[in-house]
Amino acid sequence: MQNTTRTDWGRRQPPIGGSNFELYAWFFMRVSGLFLVLLAAGHMFIMHVFNDTLNLDYEFVAARWDTPYWRTFDWLLLALSILHGTNGLRIVMHDNIANKLHRSLALYSLYFVSTAFFVLGTYVLVAFVRQS
Amino acid sequence: MDVKLRILRFNPETDRKGHWEEYNIEADPDERILDLLHKVKWFDDGSLAFRRSCAHGVCGSDAMVVNGENMLACQVLVKEVSNPIKIEPIRGLPVIKDLVVDMETFFESYKKVMPYLVNDEVPGERERLQSPEDRDKFEDTTKCILCAACTTSCPVFWTADTYVGPAAIVNAHRFVFDSRDNASKQRLEILKDVNGAFRCRTAFNCTTACPRGIQVTKAIEDVKRETLTIN
Ligand code: HEM
Ligand code: SF4
Ligand code: FES
Repeated sequence: MQNTTRTDWGRRQPPIGGSNFELYAWFFMRVSGLFLVLLAAGHMFIMHVFNDTLNLDYEFVAARWDTPYWRTFDWLLLALSILHGTNGLRIVMHDNIANKLHRSLALYSLYFVSTAFFVLGTYVLVAFVRQS
Repeated sequence: MDVKLRILRFNPETDRKGHWEEYNIEADPDERILDLLHKVKWFDDGSLAFRRSCAHGVCGSDAMVVNGENMLACQVLVKEVSNPIKIEPIRGLPVIKDLVVDMETFFESYKKVMPYLVNDEVPGERERLQSPEDRDKFEDTTKCILCAACTTSCPVFWTADTYVGPAAIVNAHRFVFDSRDNASKQRLEILKDVNGAFRCRTAFNCTTACPRGIQVTKAIEDVKRETLTIN
């Protein structure tokens, strides 16, 4: 066989910029899902099974947040569930809202609300100081 | 036996949307859906348009929706489906006439993933060798006949026809996992876009629809995982 360099017939550059975003988003859903099983189950047992939400008072919350351990636990739960839920809804919106303008509006409202919740939650968790 | 055939007809010259027409046909339970369509076209209404070529499940031209599910009309017998039999064109692609759809976007997506062997190295004395184990990695996806049953059963494709669709990913899989091929990375670069493999939401419609029994959803997951390992 003759050793020739073939032409680039039919061969084209990948048409895309090559962002890995969708890949990592997909992977993140799986990893965060794994953590959420532990964190959300832990949260549910502590708040709703071992304790009763009706009896939770200031003292209970303050005592929990005296340790950086529980603050970290709660912040991880907050961050992962908001990121996971936001990305999940982003996917749902991309799939189901065909109109570009409506989709942008929905997506930006979602990002706005999620960011607001995340900032508020983080603020409370970091800035909380026990009174009395 | 008597069969009631309901076909979603569309004539682009007179209709603005499809309408159902009913045909009463005498058929043998062992006849194929395709035979019923032939009976209508040859003896009742010659204007009925549909595609078929091989009539034996090889060419992939007669995928259609039969009683709500995608299948090849030449592969399904009258006794295997319930009566009346409802036939529609496959969904998500523009209808040209009756059961004939415009496959242009489908083949565009197919071409996008470079569905051919890329290897510039000179092969050995005779051919490029491959172990049976390596061959097995993509055996399943070599069976594709490009009928579009999978892609047009996909709910993501119905709403977003920018999605490359399962068939294109199956045909990328065919070469990505071929040890003789050198362009896996390029194919995966193409498929990691928003409209590539990660657009798949694992609905499994494609796996149910494939008349060749290809594990389509599994092939797509293989591609997603492989993309992770190269990045
Ligand atoms: C019990 C722990 C959880 C696990 C194991 C988990 C796992 C997953 C996985 C793997 C996906 C991706 C599915 C895909 O790519 O096809 C997903 C999607 C999603 N998750 Fe979670 N998740 C959990 C908790 C949550 C929570 C607490 C929320 C809400 C804040 C949530 C909201 C969503 C949404 C909206 C989607 C997108 C649904 C879709 O694509 O159809 N998940 N989840
Ligand atoms: S994977 Fe199956 S359903 Fe999809 S185009 Fe190929 S043969 Fe048809
Ligand atoms: S006519 Fe060829 S596959 Fe059915």
